[in-house]
Amino acid sequence: MAGPMKMRATLSGGVTDVRVLMTHPMETGQRKDPDGKLVPLHFIQNVTLKVNGKTVVESQISQGISRNPVFTFRIKGGAKGDRIEVSWIDNHGETNQTETAVA
Amino acid sequence: MRSKVTPGDQSPLKNRPNASPVVSGPQPVNGLAAIVLKPFAALAATWNKDGFGAKTAADALKTLGASNPVASRDVVIEAPQIAENGAVVPIEITSNVPGTTSIAVLIDKNPFPLVGKFDFMEGALPFVKLNAKVGETSEVRVVAEALGKHYVATQEIKVTIGGCGG
Repeated sequence: MAGPMKMRATLSGGVTDVRVLMTHPMETGQRKDPDGKLVPLHFIQNVTLKVNGKTVVESQISQGISRNPVFTFRIKGGAKGDRIEVSWIDNHGETNQTETAVA
Repeated sequence: MRSKVTPGDQSPLKNRPNASPVVSGPQPVNGLAAIVLKPFAALAATWNKDGFGAKTAADALKTLGASNPVASRDVVIEAPQIAENGAVVPIEITSNVPGTTSIAVLIDKNPFPLVGKFDFMEGALPFVKLNAKVGETSEVRVVAEALGKHYVATQEIKVTIGGCGG
């Protein structure tokens, strides 16, 4: 069910930019399907960013975030090869995660 | 309606001695209840249910302990003044307030204004860029928390319907 994630982490000028894309419908619970039935609420609630295993950003988000969410975070310093991990959990308890190395 | 319990109909069940057609009715209901209840137990500690369920920005801010934030130019919002597509509005936020530990983003006119809260620990810069849904022309309100105090900045985003750019 959980679609692919994409992530890129680049170091530039002493700051690491982490850009992550998650595949998720982010249903608001207010949209109707073609048959006129409400599509149930289904959205990511928590997004966690870790650097070398240490949590640096904890996010709580709502259904007000756009479909297939994209976030950019910034980390002070960092070095090429640092391990960046992002994970999410939605209101159905589904989860996904991805990791990359700083380039 | 024909009876469910006839000797001929039981043949698919003969290897499942406990499976009774009589109790099969309530079972899907119990299963559904379990699916609905489970996630709440798992997430109760880390998701601000009251804040995200609040229908006004003021109520949401109360749950963050930020009822009276101080206006600050050090909270910087970069967002389009006019968004033709309210489904995907890019919003970039930087807090230049020293010691910022969290940023909350609210879209005043959305049915549930609070769209996100980001807690920054040692190593992260108080910055986030996200895409939000903006249902109608609204203020976007960003509240940064630093050393126990709250600072706010707002910007209006106009949403045009039909993409005519007006």
